[in-house]
Amino acid sequence: MSAGMVIIGAGLAGLTAAETLRAEGYEGPITMIGDEAYGPYHRPPLSKGYLLGETQEAQLIMRAPELIAKKNISMKVGARVTAIDRAAKRVTLTDGSTLDYAGLLLCTGSRLRPLPLPGADTLKGIFGLRSLDDSKAIAAALETANNVVVIGGGFIGLEVAAAARKKGKTVTVLEAADRLMARVVAPLISSFYYDLHTGNGAEVVLGAMVSELVGKDGHIAAVKTKDGREFAADLLIVGIGILPNAEIAQAAGIECNGGIVVDACSRTSDPAVTAAGDCTARRLADGSFRRLESVQNAVEQAKSAAFALLGKEREFNAAPWFWSDQYDIKLQMVGLTAGFEQVVTRGDPATKKFSAFYFKAGKLIAIDSLNQPAEHMSGRKFFDKGVSPTPEQAADTAFALNTLLA
Amino acid sequence: MPNVTYIEPNGNQREIDVPAGWSVMQSAMSNGVEGIEAECGGSCACATCHCYIEGDLAAAVPAAAENELAMLDNVVAERKANSRLCCQIKMTPELAGLVVRFPDAQS
Ligand SMILES: Cc1cc2nc3c(=O)[nH]c(=O)nc-3n(C[C@H](O)[C@H](O)[C@H](O)COP(=O)(O)OP(=O)(O)OC[C@H]3O[C@@H](n4cnc5c(N)ncnc54)[C@H](O)[C@@H]3O)c2cc1C
Ligand code: FES
Repeated sequence: MSAGMVIIGAGLAGLTAAETLRAEGYEGPITMIGDEAYGPYHRPPLSKGYLLGETQEAQLIMRAPELIAKKNISMKVGARVTAIDRAAKRVTLTDGSTLDYAGLLLCTGSRLRPLPLPGADTLKGIFGLRSLDDSKAIAAALETANNVVVIGGGFIGLEVAAAARKKGKTVTVLEAADRLMARVVAPLISSFYYDLHTGNGAEVVLGAMVSELVGKDGHIAAVKTKDGREFAADLLIVGIGILPNAEIAQAAGIECNGGIVVDACSRTSDPAVTAAGDCTARRLADGSFRRLESVQNAVEQAKSAAFALLGKEREFNAAPWFWSDQYDIKLQMVGLTAGFEQVVTRGDPATKKFSAFYFKAGKLIAIDSLNQPAEHMSGRKFFDKGVSPTPEQAADTAFALNTLLA
Repeated sequence: MPNVTYIEPNGNQREIDVPAGWSVMQSAMSNGVEGIEAECGGSCACATCHCYIEGDLAAAVPAAAENELAMLDNVVAERKANSRLCCQIKMTPELAGLVVRFPDAQS
């Protein structure tokens, strides 16, 4: 059998790449290798409905195995690639077996950033949330826990905090920065979410530098912060971000820089290798690097990665979008807020339905919409078409944004 | 269990029992029905689970919420009066016998 396409990672990017290869007419062998026990499944519900028992495991399946097989995609789960030999175009798996490739797609995703404190990996009752197994473990622990402490006031930490509150737990969120989701949203959105979480009964502590984990009989009992405060915890959730799984690429000499370096078409420094999803760092026109962790990025980069291995250019240039569900608020984001100079709100935050428009040099760069799906969709179209409302138009609810799209 | 008939883009029909509370998208996915991508997993964020509701039961399906209406704006295949995002349709006994058709393209 001639060497075909080998995909490392059976997540959203891996599956999308495999299906795109077939959709684009590739007829050679495709092998997708994943080190989890499961085929591709949806991660976003893991911090949302799944924790609450609203979504069951079977509902997380991205594709039935028979559909994957029908597309003649060979899927190996519970198998891990340990090394890439680029000269021989061959990957090695944990069991020592090897697989030759004509084209290689790196869709290895990311893993949890570990909490660098003694006890973090030995005490029981401490969890991060990345995989279905993590979510199962947290859901089980939530059944008996009373005091839930969440380290990290980012999206996943806050979603878990909301789920734990809905289950009636005492919840404390410890965030090192002086506001929530500080990396991505404007202060006014951060303070809206501070009010949302505290209003629902969680304690949110900003500027909290966690300095010590206190154990009792091998189980987490409390968390101490630098300023000497102590928070009782029988369940500790660590949500301090992720690290791209770039090591096997790096070891093989593929350029990495805070992720596997790719261009707009998902090409790496090796023409026979493309990469997509959480494991990548995209080189931008100005030479800087951007890492995105989102469903959209995984899908779009995976499509480009499949195209590239078939010798076709498909640039991913759409504005990034993302969403987060916390309590009764659906936050939808489009664009990137980095470097914003001006923020205007459209609608009244008190109604829990409004958007924040971010501008840089007078031009729209991002929109955060809270329970305002139509404004979010208009936003996606603004970026697609390269049009920008003025800050005055954005703030004026009497001005119909869609007129700019006509 | 209420059943749904799925019509794949190539015209192939599949009748599937859908557990109450599941979405029409979820049971298509777990049964390997072809024709949708459902990239966002049912969060009403991707518009790649577009379907057309066929037949008399269309009227029995609860109307689309604001979120879904906004996202329907983004479907790739033609948006028709009976266009819906099937991740937003939850199965109930009243919907037994529902017929949904998947378009040729989702993205
Ligand atoms: C709890 C949670 C909630 C989220 N919520 C949202 C949301 O609301 N909206 C949104 O847009 N995004 C959300 N995300 C992010 C989104 O799920 C990710 O960006 C997306 O899953 C990335 O897909 P991927 O295929 O790149 O990586 P992954 O889904 O991580 O898949 C990579 C796979 O490769 C495997 N792998 C790694 N190395 C190897 C190897 N050497 N050999 C074999 N297999 C390997 C990994 O184990 C993994 O299974 C969420 C993520 C999590 C964890
Ligand atoms: S699955 Fe994404 S909108 Fe339905």
